[in-house]
Amino acid sequence: MKLINFKGFYHALGKKKFLEFILFSFFLFFFFGPLMNLVMLAFGDSYMYPTFIPSTFSLKWWGFVLSQKNLVGSIVLSFIVAITTTVVSMLICLPAAYAFARYEFPLKKMFLFSFLLTNAFPKMGLYVTIGILFYKLHLMGTFAGVIIIHLINTMMYMTWIPAGAFSNVHQQQEEAARDMGASPLQTFFHVTLPMAMPGILVAGIFTFLSSMEEAQGTLLVGVPNYKTIPVVMYSVIFDYPATAGAVFSIILILPTIILLLLLRKSMGTNALAKSFKMK
Amino acid sequence: MVETYRQEPKLILKDLTKKYKNGDGVENINFEVREGELVTMLGPSGCGKTTILRTIGGFLEPDAGEVILDGVNIEKLPPEKRPTAMVFQSYNLWPHMTVFDNLAFGLKIRKTPQQLIKEEISKALKLVRMEGAEQKYPAQLSGGQQQRVAIARSLLLKPSLLLMDEPFSALDAKIRSQMREELKKIQRELNITVVFVTHDQEEAMSISHRIIVMSKGIFEQVGTPAEIYDHPRTRFVADFIGDMNFMESDEIDGVMAVRPEDIYVAKEGDGFAKGRIQTIMVLGHFIEMNVQSDKGMIKAFLPREQALGFDTGDKVTLTINKHCTFPKD
Repeated sequence: MKLINFKGFYHALGKKKFLEFILFSFFLFFFFGPLMNLVMLAFGDSYMYPTFIPSTFSLKWWGFVLSQKNLVGSIVLSFIVAITTTVVSMLICLPAAYAFARYEFPLKKMFLFSFLLTNAFPKMGLYVTIGILFYKLHLMGTFAGVIIIHLINTMMYMTWIPAGAFSNVHQQQEEAARDMGASPLQTFFHVTLPMAMPGILVAGIFTFLSSMEEAQGTLLVGVPNYKTIPVVMYSVIFDYPATAGAVFSIILILPTIILLLLLRKSMGTNALAKSFKMK
Repeated sequence: MVETYRQEPKLILKDLTKKYKNGDGVENINFEVREGELVTMLGPSGCGKTTILRTIGGFLEPDAGEVILDGVNIEKLPPEKRPTAMVFQSYNLWPHMTVFDNLAFGLKIRKTPQQLIKEEISKALKLVRMEGAEQKYPAQLSGGQQQRVAIARSLLLKPSLLLMDEPFSALDAKIRSQMREELKKIQRELNITVVFVTHDQEEAMSISHRIIVMSKGIFEQVGTPAEIYDHPRTRFVADFIGDMNFMESDEIDGVMAVRPEDIYVAKEGDGFAKGRIQTIMVLGHFIEMNVQSDKGMIKAFLPREQALGFDTGDKVTLTINKHCTFPKD
């Protein structure tokens, strides 16, 4: 009995679906292949070109990476920068998002679309001009400078997505709270914010993850004082063997995977999709 | 001679004006509501009833005029400072809070002690026949149950005035009539003043002490349900409330309006009109008979026994008991 019978499979699915299946398999391989390679390398003991698969597996390189002070330092810094960026972004952008959701004002659409501008152009061009400004303002090589760069990249998430989430909170829910004696601020914190929380969480996670992987701008502004994981990565490639680099990459990717899995599990796809809807 | 104490009206609207850019809205509205009265603003969409209600509640700023409640001008106050409470058509309860938290919201803001909050909520839920629902979430309740909780919540803060914006319009017919009865009972028990808004004339007729019939921003008529039904002042009111036949006649100058129950059907004889029966419909305890007559299609309501001898296609004579006349427009 043949278990893998391609001819039979082909006839069972029909030509179109079979080709789709083949295409999908290639896509999966293309997509996950490099990741699999990374995982393989990270747990490999010694990697000698031209052998493809490491001869032995161990956690040796994990221990090595975690003992390097500059590498660990960059990991800590990346998290601090990402969290700071997310919090500051929330403080600045959430009021704007609320304004976009609730009020009509002149040039509203123009302002809304202006938030997309920072992501509409090749980043390096933007960063070079920012670099010139930062030199004038003495922001080069400062923590504030790095945060500003990260903010510019992620403001889009913190305005568009929460604006959609806020506009999905029916105005009458807020009016009912006012009617019950709540001031506008109390209404915001007890009614609007909790109801818009899924969307805001999504925006927060996108901001956090975006900040974690931000490389070019931080390279330009932060070096040599502030080096986040992606910045250090540039030199790791040259200074350390491939296995160490693989470990470092996985440390970078891990928060993304964990957060996205948690998000999907806790909120479900429905709530996630609803937070993107904007009336 | 005994000096009769004349009570000041509970709510006074003075020259209230709110106009929108497209021309809709109301102008120079003057009205008074007495304590313990249930007044309904009745009219089709866009007539201005919700505009007036929201202005009283504080959700809309009037262009001009005054809103005086218990002798105090409230038109400049934000909703949280007004002693009014509003029940909306939907989206009343906050879905992320339990029924208990929904009800406790206003009391917590007033820093009411926890034990008192518990007692008050118990009493309120008992009043709307929703005992034991404290730990449920709004999504677990039916539409009617949600509105009952919303009403309980609005009464918890002991408002001077209860405002209701078509609260039963989203419910099924049977639940609607239940809710109307319960509202009337609660209103009577608590002697609370209510301003109610609806487009359903049957609803207005069944619960109100007085009805304001509105159209295009104007008060067409103000009166008790009986007054409005028996003596409609304008053609609009005659048409909007209940069923009405409109007929032209040579004898009078204008349009004659006759209620279907005021039409008497006979097999022969002289009368107001003659015609043939088109349809006979059994609507429960009475019959609706449509007669194609020389004065147009006329609708008549008859008690079941009276209609026994008639069949579709029969020739009949119609006489009328009472009627109103309106000018031809």
